[in-house]
Amino acid sequence: MSRVLVGVKRVIDYAVKIRVKPDHSGVVTDGVKHSMNPFCEIAVEEAVKLKEKKFIKEVVAVSCGPTQVTETIRTALAMGCDRGIHVEVSGKDYEAMGPLQISKIFAALAKKEEASLVILGKQAIDDDCNQTGQMTAALLDWPQGTFASEVTIDGEKVKVVREIDGGLETIKISMPAVLTADLRLNTPRYATLPNIMKAKKKKIATMKPADLGVDMVSRVEVLRVDEPPTRLAGVKVETVDDLVAKLKANGTI
Amino acid sequence: MERFADEADVVIVGGGPAGLSAAIRLKQLANEQEKELRVCLVEKASQIGAHTLSGACLEPSALNELFPDWKERGAPLNTPVTEDVFSLLTKKYRIPVPMLPGLPMNNHGNYIVRLGHFVRWLGEQAEELGVEIYPGYAAAEVLFHEDGSVKGIATNDVGIAKDGSPKDVFERGMELHAKVTLFGEGCHGHLAKQLYRQFNLRENCEPQTYAIGLKEVWLIDEKKWRPGRVEHSVGWPLNRNTYGGSFLYHLNEGEPLVALGVVVGLDYTNPYLSPFREFQRWKHHPFIAKTLEGGNRIAYGARALNEGGYQCLPKVTFPGGMLIGCSPGFMNVPKIKGTHTAMKSGMLAAEAIFPKVTAKDLASETAGLHVPEYEDNLKKSWIWKELYSVRNIRPSFHNYFGLYGGMVYTGVFYWILRGKEPWTLKHAGLDSAQLKPAKECTAIEYPKPDGKLSFDLLSSVALSGTNHEGDQPPHLTLKDDSIPVTNNLAIYDGPEQRFCPAGVYEYVPLETGEGMRLQINAQNCVHCKTCDIKDPSQNINWVVPEGSGGPAYNGM
Repeated sequence: MSRVLVGVKRVIDYAVKIRVKPDHSGVVTDGVKHSMNPFCEIAVEEAVKLKEKKFIKEVVAVSCGPTQVTETIRTALAMGCDRGIHVEVSGKDYEAMGPLQISKIFAALAKKEEASLVILGKQAIDDDCNQTGQMTAALLDWPQGTFASEVTIDGEKVKVVREIDGGLETIKISMPAVLTADLRLNTPRYATLPNIMKAKKKKIATMKPADLGVDMVSRVEVLRVDEPPTRLAGVKVETVDDLVAKLKANGTI
Repeated sequence: MERFADEADVVIVGGGPAGLSAAIRLKQLANEQEKELRVCLVEKASQIGAHTLSGACLEPSALNELFPDWKERGAPLNTPVTEDVFSLLTKKYRIPVPMLPGLPMNNHGNYIVRLGHFVRWLGEQAEELGVEIYPGYAAAEVLFHEDGSVKGIATNDVGIAKDGSPKDVFERGMELHAKVTLFGEGCHGHLAKQLYRQFNLRENCEPQTYAIGLKEVWLIDEKKWRPGRVEHSVGWPLNRNTYGGSFLYHLNEGEPLVALGVVVGLDYTNPYLSPFREFQRWKHHPFIAKTLEGGNRIAYGARALNEGGYQCLPKVTFPGGMLIGCSPGFMNVPKIKGTHTAMKSGMLAAEAIFPKVTAKDLASETAGLHVPEYEDNLKKSWIWKELYSVRNIRPSFHNYFGLYGGMVYTGVFYWILRGKEPWTLKHAGLDSAQLKPAKECTAIEYPKPDGKLSFDLLSSVALSGTNHEGDQPPHLTLKDDSIPVTNNLAIYDGPEQRFCPAGVYEYVPLETGEGMRLQINAQNCVHCKTCDIKDPSQNINWVVPEGSGGPAYNGM
């Protein structure tokens, strides 16, 4: 029962209005307010809680990206993680980075750090992929407890209550395992100023994907990003005859 | 529950031009003289620059002193002013006003900047010099030693529910103690309000007067883009007795961006006036519309600014602390510039503090250091000369002819005498006392927003990116809950519904059907401080919400 790896992603803050770049290659990120992905906050909180309950000894926060992601790792450290790992990815590689590359990185780190659990947010609020946890488990050939709304350690096994379309499903899986956090798992604690100050003294190791034997080449190419089309005003009709006439006029019937 | 406390040499509240310049200057001196100095800066915005909003045409005077090599360091001053245009607008036409050299609004030698980006750059310089910057933490309380001198500040407790009870995630704030605490909260700071009372800092000056500035950033049609062009106007849509004007600046940073906005003096008398709707309808003037047609609005925000100038400068030092920047208020109103003086005040504060705070055996009368040298140096500096020379321009608008009288005064006395006239005109008093009862005024018919040039309030607020943790006590507090309906609504028809640029205040019918109540949508707040200034009952008290809340401006 030793180590948990937690993934934290730096994303554009959910309250910010995003704007598509003039060249339609993506959205404007420069200077835009970013914060830790809300589901990653929940993942960190769960890992720190497990440590406080003495089920695990060490929580390692991991993020992939350019220098700015170290701020996100610091927040995780301020919430209670013991140390951080910054996997440096920048430029074109960072723009093309997706769940496949991340899960390869996490799988490599999980083996390197001999982690018993990898806890991730269920999805990121920018790409909404909901794939990284699942791919990581597959690459490691580990069991997975996704959409977790309750996690209980029971000896060498983990009981996970999962949020599914039909309600709640409870499963028991052996460790080592991958878990992904859903909304109701917990309420993340605040990163207080004294803890941010203490976090400055905690270690963040830096490495490159190549150091982990991971190739960042993407199989996906983004062709174009557009704003959703502006919703056109509807038309109100007074009678059924009017409705039929309009539907005939625009070729629907 | 005890609060965790930490100790620094200097603590600075506010990561704007003044606070950052003070921090930078302190560390520059410390590094030059190889002395240790712990400087901590707290800022309520989630990142440095996120609560910064200004036109802005920056006069680089203070920057040249702080970083003579600012160009090599990559300061984002990318747009030198190339054209300077001033207009008097009527409903349909434009009367050009010549921009003679010597007039305060002349912008030769200045740069159009996105102040939020400039402040972000200042933050990076400060961190490189070793300043500890903590964005996302709001200073909520001033701490005092037993002898009454300032001991430092405390950040707010977080994790309190709307009803005041502690949530599971409740955490106490932290205390930051310092030998000297600098307060650089910007215009109408909430801690500054307390300090004015505590140390009687305003007994020999006039009450501060203010304006509200509303701003948008637009991506315009490239064919209409003229980088470096500065346009200012007065007149329409404001009447001659309502102080205010507009700005439109063409940036030169790769994309065809323009920054534009309207400033309205908060001494306006008609409670039916809505600064937001004046701004929206101004954009329809043919001279303005022709630049914006075919363009897209990408940002919106608002902030109060100082208009009082020289007559309203308070005492700025007290045992244990001092006030810097727009908080005491060094804005040069006719120039509409306050950044250069804010920066200089921060630098002067640092230069006055440094020898005292690093002195080996300092005999101080009070536990918190008193540094009156800062105020002496201010009075000897170019800030003072500048503010003195323009002191009569703003008050000259208080005459029957309003705007026209003011323009004549500026043209005659300022341009010829440069403020050497021996008299000092007074302002009209508190902005909050200027409103006339609603029944004595006529409602203003504002046009509906067309969705292309003008927009509704809520979609504008959404563009500011503002947000707050929902389950926290509203930070717009009322001293007396009954006054909004019995006073503001009854006599003034609820002016807060109109002067708030974020739709925080709404009078809604009571669920029981009879009468109205004031609904406070605190989450919308963009921290402009206008309500605290203009409330005719002075019943609204703006306090700081949980850190990180508020707008998410990007280069405003």
